[in-house]
Amino acid sequence: MSTLSVHDHGVAHHEEGHEHHHDTFLTKYVFSQDHKMIAKQFLITGITMAVIAMLLSILFRIQLAYPDKAFPLLETLLGRFAPEGRLDPEFYLSLVTIHGTIMVFFVLTAGLSGTFSNLLIPLQVGARDMASPFINMLSYWFFLTACVIMLSSFFIQKGPAGPGWTIYPPLSALPTAMKGSGLGMTLWLISMVCFVASSLMGGINYVSTVLNMRTKGMDLWKMPLTIWAFFLTAILGVLSFPVLVAGVVLLIFDRSFGTSFYLSDIVVNGQVMPFEGGSPILFQHLFWFLGHPEVYIVIMPAMGISSEVMSVNSRKPIFGYHAMVYSLIGITVLSFIVWGHHMFITGMNPFLGGVFMITTLIIAVPSAVKTFNWLATLWRGNIRFTPAMLFAIGMVSFFISGGLTGIFLGNAALDINLHDTYFVVAHFHLVMGSAAIFGMLAGVYHWFPKMFGKMMDEKLGYLHFWLTFIGAYLVFFPMHFMGLDGVPRRYYAFTEFASMQRWLSVNMFITWAAIMSACAQVAFLYNFIHSIFWGKKATQNPWQANTLEWTTPVEHIHGNWPGEIPSVYRWPYDYSKPGAEEDYILQTTPLSQTMSSNLPHDFEDNPAGLEALNTWTSTQKANEQVK
Amino acid sequence: MAFKQIINGGALLNTFKSKLPLKNSKKLLAFLAVFVLLGTNVLMAQTAATTDAAKPGVNWFSVGYYVLMFILLAVSVAVVGKIIKVYDLSQQIQGKKGVQWNNIMGIICLIFLVVGMIGAYWEFTVQGSMTLPEAASKHGIKIDAMFLTTTIITMIVFVITQILLFVFLFRYRYSDKRRAYFLPHNNTIEKVWTIIPAVVLTILVIFGFFTWQEVENSADVKGQPASINIDITGHQFAWELRYSGPDGILGKKDFRLTAGANKLGIDFKDKNSMDDLQADTLVLPVNKTIRLNIFAQDVIHSVYMPHFRVQQNAVPGLPTFFKFTPTITTEEMRRKVEDPKFEYLLYCNKICGSSHYNMQKVVRVVTEGEYNQWIARQKPYLTPALRTELKLAAADQKKSITQNRLALNN
Repeated sequence: MSTLSVHDHGVAHHEEGHEHHHDTFLTKYVFSQDHKMIAKQFLITGITMAVIAMLLSILFRIQLAYPDKAFPLLETLLGRFAPEGRLDPEFYLSLVTIHGTIMVFFVLTAGLSGTFSNLLIPLQVGARDMASPFINMLSYWFFLTACVIMLSSFFIQKGPAGPGWTIYPPLSALPTAMKGSGLGMTLWLISMVCFVASSLMGGINYVSTVLNMRTKGMDLWKMPLTIWAFFLTAILGVLSFPVLVAGVVLLIFDRSFGTSFYLSDIVVNGQVMPFEGGSPILFQHLFWFLGHPEVYIVIMPAMGISSEVMSVNSRKPIFGYHAMVYSLIGITVLSFIVWGHHMFITGMNPFLGGVFMITTLIIAVPSAVKTFNWLATLWRGNIRFTPAMLFAIGMVSFFISGGLTGIFLGNAALDINLHDTYFVVAHFHLVMGSAAIFGMLAGVYHWFPKMFGKMMDEKLGYLHFWLTFIGAYLVFFPMHFMGLDGVPRRYYAFTEFASMQRWLSVNMFITWAAIMSACAQVAFLYNFIHSIFWGKKATQNPWQANTLEWTTPVEHIHGNWPGEIPSVYRWPYDYSKPGAEEDYILQTTPLSQTMSSNLPHDFEDNPAGLEALNTWTSTQKANEQVK
Repeated sequence: MAFKQIINGGALLNTFKSKLPLKNSKKLLAFLAVFVLLGTNVLMAQTAATTDAAKPGVNWFSVGYYVLMFILLAVSVAVVGKIIKVYDLSQQIQGKKGVQWNNIMGIICLIFLVVGMIGAYWEFTVQGSMTLPEAASKHGIKIDAMFLTTTIITMIVFVITQILLFVFLFRYRYSDKRRAYFLPHNNTIEKVWTIIPAVVLTILVIFGFFTWQEVENSADVKGQPASINIDITGHQFAWELRYSGPDGILGKKDFRLTAGANKLGIDFKDKNSMDDLQADTLVLPVNKTIRLNIFAQDVIHSVYMPHFRVQQNAVPGLPTFFKFTPTITTEEMRRKVEDPKFEYLLYCNKICGSSHYNMQKVVRVVTEGEYNQWIARQKPYLTPALRTELKLAAADQKKSITQNRLALNN
């Protein structure tokens, strides 16, 4: 019923589209309501923010490697934030904070989900556009506003927010506690409210599009894993982001209106403050109730993209499609009940710590299943090393390396000594930082032909991959050992501790590895921009993939398909099916056209089809016997 | 005609191929040499200049040097790329297969695996030996045992999965003679690799849960002497200590009493407070149970004593504590780590402001005799100055105590 009505809607929309083809620059590139254009807007904004956040990280890496050295150039570039060529300690904390905020929210949430959910949901489920194109446009503009506000905090007197991306009060609530808790913090909070509004509008759109606007034949079990991942990610976001807003609003109250939600018993510089009865732990609960689902919001789209890319380029169906979907669902549900593992030693009731430890280690099971399924997908495949494939593989490698250290940190007893050390930094940069960004880059290389109608250069892609992959391991692997030596994160310099000075040489090594990786991104940026304008023209289905987006024309049109929306007859992973002519069969190919490759499994809830298959095979056999 | 042109083109490309790399590499080498020489000269000049100038300006030569180096690198990458392209095209024109990127990538994957594993092993041996020495507390030994078990299990998984990943990549790299094996699922093996991690994790969870409960257990065991209570209060950017006097009990505190010399807000109406002592170093008797009562005045701090496997956040408005028993004296540890200057440290491990990176306190574990001698030398909080100050403030204090309220936190 619903598919039918949506179908009609789609046709109507399409006819409308024919009537006005006179897009102005403003309606086409700026206030676009077309999901493909909005996806590009998200991607380019996301990449810009990623480059900025990466440069910030290089700045503080330089500080960590050379704490005693002055770089007059820094004063020229940063002014009062780097007096006499040395970073100000408070500005260092601001850099760390803004690097984290931008990377987690603006790059890996909006840049990743925003780009690929927008691009792929309508194209892969077979819809003309999003459920609400207008809200979709608003979602981008709220996101851009949030970006601008966040970056504007670099241009105010006291500098950007500095209490870490987790903005724990009272540090973030007391403007006297540090410079970064002044106006910069206010801008951070405003920016984040805009961001959450954007992410909610996006999320609601993605969920409703997936649920209501699938084309004929596209039942949930025929959706590609990318769509499953985006769908579940959107649900996670819709349910958890409002909690962050609640936390942020209460913090705004504490900061500006004298309430005491998070504040109690505070004496700053010998001055007794009037706050009583609040609890800083309350903020941590509210923050991590979003914060933990957030890391899955970051990693699940990367998982979906990698699954799809690995299946296409191994020329093999993804192994255990159902298990992959169930593990995604498992992760989605469990991610809501593990937030306390960020708070084992904060003074939360130790019994709760024990409970959260159990739920946390349970979530490792679906993650392990996914990893093994990816490995099984590669097994006996016919692997084509496109840059997208390499990045998807890199994602798996990082996910393993970083995921395993999660077993240490999820264990409350071990967390006592590892909490807030470089071990944690290494863990999350591998498992959600590097893995997610590699998933995103895999997506960019894979769907670039769909987005821009051009191909990216493969060799530059190879160069980009290997430098980044090796660089990321060189940066984050040694950090584990620093953490095991009890070196805390967010330290401006290790110079004050005799015991930490021996890590200085390691820090220098890490910084140079980071600089190398940063330089490698120039290869990507050049490739990306150059290919948009001067790249080789893409063919309709350059990777010989099965999914619906490759049935649309290379030139973008409103409504995606020139005629009727194609119907779907099979799951998206019929690669290298025995008996088939090609090593891929599009989802739009009916089973009746591929009699030689059909399997009994294809007709699980279709007795008539199964009968037809049986008659066909028996006649085939009879024919052979006659011969 | 067209055919001839292609052949000509091929020949041209061939000549290109033979000349281009040589010429370019020579030129590149020359450039490189010039830049390196120039650069080192410039850098030398900079170090010389900084010694006489009070405030060094930006050395634009040095900046330019690095920028040029990067451009040179980018250009050489472009040149190498062009050479590869030309080679590839010329091979194709001659009817041979071009560069087999799938094979090259497969081989690099294998190389990465081998070099990566060697690198990981190197890190484990070299940097692994730079990590914390053995635990200096009772519960720390259990944590270390758990850590070792977890490390062994995860490292086995790490090695196996990474080897499978990269070996599969090499082994099943693309070949046009082969088709992939159509294997959509296999329920048995999927069940196996769901159940095995589940079982292993259950074991880890059970051990972890009981270790955690034991570490966090707050009740003093009956019959054993009560633990030594020490208050530690964090503020920007230092720690304050408070030991109990001869009565063995710490007096009450109220943050509203913080003023002047009474920087911890000790309530001197409570007579247990009268003999409370202040100290600069956290001195602990070995093999005695210590209960650290943890407070914060302004923002969240974290008491981190990695050698004892102790960490607990200090939260304003939410008093917390950590109970532990040190087992190795500072002297013994100095011998063990072969460093005569070794000190146990307590430092802040929760971002707390500009000097977060330097908020430390020396911890010294001594024998009981030394501890008793030391504590006898410590001065009480109630200094004569504070005594006079408080006489004046007596009325205020009374008022605030009647208003005393229950902690509403958690």
